[in-house]
Amino acid sequence: MRNPYRTQNIAFFFLFLATLLIVVPVGLIVVIIIQKGLPAINWQFLSDIPRQGMRAGGIFPAIVGTIYLVTGAIIFALPIGLLAAIYLSEYSKDNLLNRLIKLAIINLAGVPSVVYGLFGLALFVVFFKFGASILSGSLTLGIMILPVIITTSREALESVPYSFREVSLSLGASKWQTIRHIVLPNAIPGILTGTILGLGRAAGETAPILFTVAAFYLPQLPHSVFDQAMALPYHLYVISTQVPNVDEKIRYGTAFVLLALVLIMNLVAIIIRYKFRKKKKW
Amino acid sequence: MVKFEIHDLNIWFGSVHAIKQVNMEIQANEILSVIGPANSGKTTFLRTLNRLNELNTHYKITGVVELGREDVRGIEIEELRRKVGMVFALPLPLPLSIFDNVAYGVRMYGEKRKKKLEEKVEETLMQAYLWEEVKDRLNESAFKLSGGQQQRLCIARTLAVGPDVILFDEPCSGLDPISTAKVEDAMVKLKEKFTIVLVTNNVKQAARVGDKTAFFLSGELIELDKTDKIFTAPQDKRTDGYIRGKFG
Repeated sequence: MRNPYRTQNIAFFFLFLATLLIVVPVGLIVVIIIQKGLPAINWQFLSDIPRQGMRAGGIFPAIVGTIYLVTGAIIFALPIGLLAAIYLSEYSKDNLLNRLIKLAIINLAGVPSVVYGLFGLALFVVFFKFGASILSGSLTLGIMILPVIITTSREALESVPYSFREVSLSLGASKWQTIRHIVLPNAIPGILTGTILGLGRAAGETAPILFTVAAFYLPQLPHSVFDQAMALPYHLYVISTQVPNVDEKIRYGTAFVLLALVLIMNLVAIIIRYKFRKKKKW
Repeated sequence: MVKFEIHDLNIWFGSVHAIKQVNMEIQANEILSVIGPANSGKTTFLRTLNRLNELNTHYKITGVVELGREDVRGIEIEELRRKVGMVFALPLPLPLSIFDNVAYGVRMYGEKRKKKLEEKVEETLMQAYLWEEVKDRLNESAFKLSGGQQQRLCIARTLAVGPDVILFDEPCSGLDPISTAKVEDAMVKLKEKFTIVLVTNNVKQAARVGDKTAFFLSGELIELDKTDKIFTAPQDKRTDGYIRGKFG
């Protein structure tokens, strides 16, 4: 005989197990990186250039490089992505072509990052002659995170109740006024979520910067957007696989800094989002 | 004086023929009640008057709707919607403060002077019989008001843009009897200055406040006459059946 309570308990067990399977590895990663990386963290590690063939010294140029790249990617991708999202959600008609465009954008988010790297190499480095530079790297990362930003922003805009738009229009506001004063302010938390996701991805990817900006070893800070730069994920790859006899402490220390950097940047966005959510009035 | 003139109006949503060959006039400074069962085209008809149907992609219209002898499709849409205000079925405050809700339309029109905005907000909240209840809490979220207060706020918000005509789309469907009475009082006072079109599912409400009553059935205008006449001696037996509650 079927016992509904037993069925429920079995279902609950598997649901819980699945959650556990996700949480435990993530927890382990964080714990191991903190445990092995934290001892490497000191002022010199954060502020000095790499020395002795990257076996000693610090990772300051890589930290600065990653911050530049992520900032550049967001400056490029957020405005364009947001404008595209506004167009797609508010202005474009619901027809086959536009549905295909939306589907294509969602699929672009799943393209392997190395493909974006090659694209960036062909377009920015070679065709536009930006060379391997912060500009090329930022633009490549920006293009990589555009689909994420467009898709999440579009969903955020579409989740603003339709009735608000009707009310605003019925009061004689124009379509743009309605978007500007009613739709956008209420979509900001969702847009920031997309930005957070994009930020994390831009900071962590190695492949897109491999051909477009990353320097193997550059013991100085970049002077302009046309300079090459070191970046944390690539530096981590280099000291883990290309340079022999690097102390484990330094490798985990680098991973720790990358993780912390992404978390700090996310935290800023999360705080802004929280402020906006608190203002939400329905 | 004739406010709206409607000739040979037909409306389709996709393949659905929602309004069929409607001809009518709406007089200024009167309350016209529009009654009829669900899906009879009442709301569609109402939304034709401020062209709100046009937000629907599969919408098609033939015939002419004139506001003061001018085809509504010739009037700039923002201008038309200022002249023809609308109060929706459910209280729909914007996610703003009480003050900002009422000031919204005026601000969109370009008014920035604080003094003018304050005057407008006070004036229209009084007209909607809400001022006394909210004058000390204008900066609170409009969502903190009760349903009936929210609906009167929506009336004030509509008045603030300075319309000639106000469309009410079942404005009391979500309200208790006392709030309903307050909204009805407001409507009766408002007809001195405005033309009012009231869509309602409540036949008694139509009888209480309407100067004229129009009965819609399956997208057709069956009968339009003085409210007294509709409710005492309707010409069409379908009208009679509906107001006696035999169907709908």
